Amino acid sequence: MNKVIYSILGPLAAIIIALFIGAIIISLIGKDPVEVYGVLFYGTLGNSYGIGQVLFKATPLIFTGLSVAFAFKAGLFNIGAEGQMIIGGFAAAWTGFTFVTLPWIILIPLTIIAAFVGGALWGFIAGYLKAKYGSHEVINTIMLNFIAAALASYLVNEIYGIPATIHTPEVSGSSFLLRFDAITGLFPGSPFNTSFLAAILCTIIFYFIINRTPFGYQIRTLGLNKNAAEYARMKIKKLVVLSMLISGGIAGIGSINFIFGYKHYYELGFSEGAGYIGIAVALIARNNPFAIIITAFFFGILEYGGLTINTMVPKELVTILQALLIILVITFVRIIDVLKIKFLKSA
Amino acid sequence: MLAVEMIAITKTFAEKVIANNSISLSVKKGEVHAIVGENGAGKSTLMNILYGMYPPDKGKIQINGNEEIINSPARAIQLKIGMVHQHFMLVPPLTVLENIILGSEPEKNLLLDFKKAKERVSQITSSFKIDVNLETKIENLPVGLQQRVEILKLLYRNAEILILDEPTAVLTPQETNELFNTIDFLKSEGKTIILITHKLNEVKAISDTITVLRHGKVVGVTGTENATIESIARLMVGEDKIYEEKKANIREKKLILEVKNVTVLNENSVEAVKDVSFEINSGEILGIAGVEGNGQHELVEAISSIRKPAKGKITLNNAELKEEHNIAHIPADRHRNGIVMDFSVAENLILGREKENLFKKDITIDESKVKTFAEKLVHEYDIRPVDIDIKIKSLSGGNQQKAVVAREITKNSDLIIASHPTRGLDIKAASFVHNALIKESDKGKAVLLVSSDLAELLKLSDRIAVIYNGQINVIFDADKTNEYELGLYMTGSKVKNE
Ligand SMILES: Nc1ncnc2c1ncn2[C@@H]1O[C@H](COP(=O)(O)OP(=O)(O)OP(=O)(O)O)[C@@H](O)[C@H]1O
Ligand SMILES: [Mg+2]
Repeated sequence: MNKVIYSILGPLAAIIIALFIGAIIISLIGKDPVEVYGVLFYGTLGNSYGIGQVLFKATPLIFTGLSVAFAFKAGLFNIGAEGQMIIGGFAAAWTGFTFVTLPWIILIPLTIIAAFVGGALWGFIAGYLKAKYGSHEVINTIMLNFIAAALASYLVNEIYGIPATIHTPEVSGSSFLLRFDAITGLFPGSPFNTSFLAAILCTIIFYFIINRTPFGYQIRTLGLNKNAAEYARMKIKKLVVLSMLISGGIAGIGSINFIFGYKHYYELGFSEGAGYIGIAVALIARNNPFAIIITAFFFGILEYGGLTINTMVPKELVTILQALLIILVITFVRIIDVLKIKFLKSA
Repeated sequence: MLAVEMIAITKTFAEKVIANNSISLSVKKGEVHAIVGENGAGKSTLMNILYGMYPPDKGKIQINGNEEIINSPARAIQLKIGMVHQHFMLVPPLTVLENIILGSEPEKNLLLDFKKAKERVSQITSSFKIDVNLETKIENLPVGLQQRVEILKLLYRNAEILILDEPTAVLTPQETNELFNTIDFLKSEGKTIILITHKLNEVKAISDTITVLRHGKVVGVTGTENATIESIARLMVGEDKIYEEKKANIREKKLILEVKNVTVLNENSVEAVKDVSFEINSGEILGIAGVEGNGQHELVEAISSIRKPAKGKITLNNAELKEEHNIAHIPADRHRNGIVMDFSVAENLILGREKENLFKKDITIDESKVKTFAEKLVHEYDIRPVDIDIKIKSLSGGNQQKAVVAREITKNSDLIIASHPTRGLDIKAASFVHNALIKESDKGKAVLLVSSDLAELLKLSDRIAVIYNGQINVIFDADKTNEYELGLYMTGSKVKNE
């Protein structure tokens, strides 16, 4: 119980302080902070359309957060969720607009598999280079992000794209992921769609693999004490490659929210940095899969909240507020940690 | 004059484990004061409190007659108190010199003055006759030498009161002698030494006063000249007789492990093991005697298939050694290789065994099976406190060791490699482990025992091989040799049996 309180206390204090600093900045540019915040809160959480938008924004962040966390459990720092999502997304979209005759029951699983495989390939390359040549995964994944972006741009601009646009043709209608408003009438007008269910499923599978299987046990051992893993004769290279592969695959699936749930085509830049925000999500959630859902929701508020106040304050201010919050939350989680240790020590 | 006076110190962990229960300790200036007691008796905790690692719940501390609040190691160092921990606190990728000066680096124009640092450290090493290469990285040093570095660190900080928590656990008899010479020398310089050890002959040899702890309480304080090893042991563990298993003689012998002309390279691609050959049969315990750093580490890694030999052949049950082979291995360095500090006791008890059918349910690890298994081991091996869900890092050193031993010995494997299996164990626990090893070998297992404790080797082994400079030139029948003779071969004074 205490644990839960501590883990909520940090982010909460951070949010309050960030809002306070934000209020000062808003006043400085001559706007009324109460009014701006009012719009922001009403826009995001005050109505079902807003909540749907927030959940829509949160969905890919759950995937990228899980992706980064998975690698982290094995002691690996995957900066490459962005590139993995791009490659996975393109592979899925290609499947979607190529196999147009397949029925949905086959095509949807196929596109999801393609998304996983694309991302997994990108993760695999980084993991393989690490295992085989010892080159650091942080460098590998950053470089692969550049390659992924360039490759996608080439594929769209030169081969598959519709002229004068930056997107591909539309995917087959039978690969569409339904929007919740279409199925249930909830969150009317928002693109919040069934890929969210895939995210939840993925979270559960993540937890299951990491905490219940021998493979997950080995990954955790590797992440906490590589020398002990070696003496327990675990196959470390294989574990490194596999965990990067899975990590990349999860990030890859993160693409389906936008491609099959919203626009129905692959568009350059669709990922909007979700891979990088995933790092912050995993960090704040401390790689706990369920905390990742909550954290992603919070980041969803930030992302969509920015749009709701776009007309009142400059776009840059929204970006500043978001960055401020991320920094503060990360700092406060640390501070509360230190306090907690002090407290427990003296208790 | 009292250098240290701790009065009625009480310390409780997690509201249930009373590690120190109103302990009082008086240490005279210039004496060597031994603290002894079972695993988990509270020795390290008491010393950690003195060194400012954590505050006591109750009690007072006086240093040189003044009451002090020692709320951090930095404060302890100011008061000229230094501590070498049971588990070393060195930074592996840094060099010896860097580790020694870490935290009190001499500066020149905001830059590290390495030259000055090196001069001072060299001066200390020569005046205290401690020999170690200052440029080597810690990660490439054997434990015995790492400890030297820890002591140098204290001397570099001008410590007057030196706390050594089980310093001899990792040393060979020769190294222990050297350490004791150093301690005698420090004492003659007027320094005060507090020494924790489980080896009572050492207590007898070096200390002036003994404090005995049991279950977090002081059960005896005595001048060393008034005590015998037996009387101290009785105070430590009570009236329980320590039972000793006798080795049975195995009837049919079967070849289990064959090591043939094996050469193994170390990290720096130097031949650490050179052309070594030996065999171990079922029911046999082969001891490896040697000064730390003579290749036993690399040899053990090769036999446990962690490191590939550069030349030669290792066979297990007549099949070439493979990674998949199930080999029980109690590693020499439990923290580095034997446990995962942030795992619970139960999780640690299945380390390396997570895929065994014993714990399997479909594709998962069955938690209830793990729980049953862990609870059984915790009771059989007397791992304390009895709580399989706490993190293993909150167990005392000896109890962590018991967990490693329990896990490995109960593994279903024909070969047990035991490197310093009783390192850090109290006499009762140590003899329990001895008995367990003997029982396993009587069941027909082959045991490779690497130890720096010659008495242990002589007691358990059927044969003893001496490794010197990466080579094994002699293998004795254990009942036809003695500590003195082994010592000669271990140090290279004698090389070949003629
Ligand atoms: N950080 C901690 N958190 C919880 N319990 C602890 C912690 N440190 C020590 N303990 C408990 O306090 C008791 C005393 O431990 P301590 O390390 O002082 O024993 P010790 O006498 O040094 O034993 P050993 O000979 O095995 O090193 C043990 O029961 C141990 O589990
Ligand atoms: Mg101890």
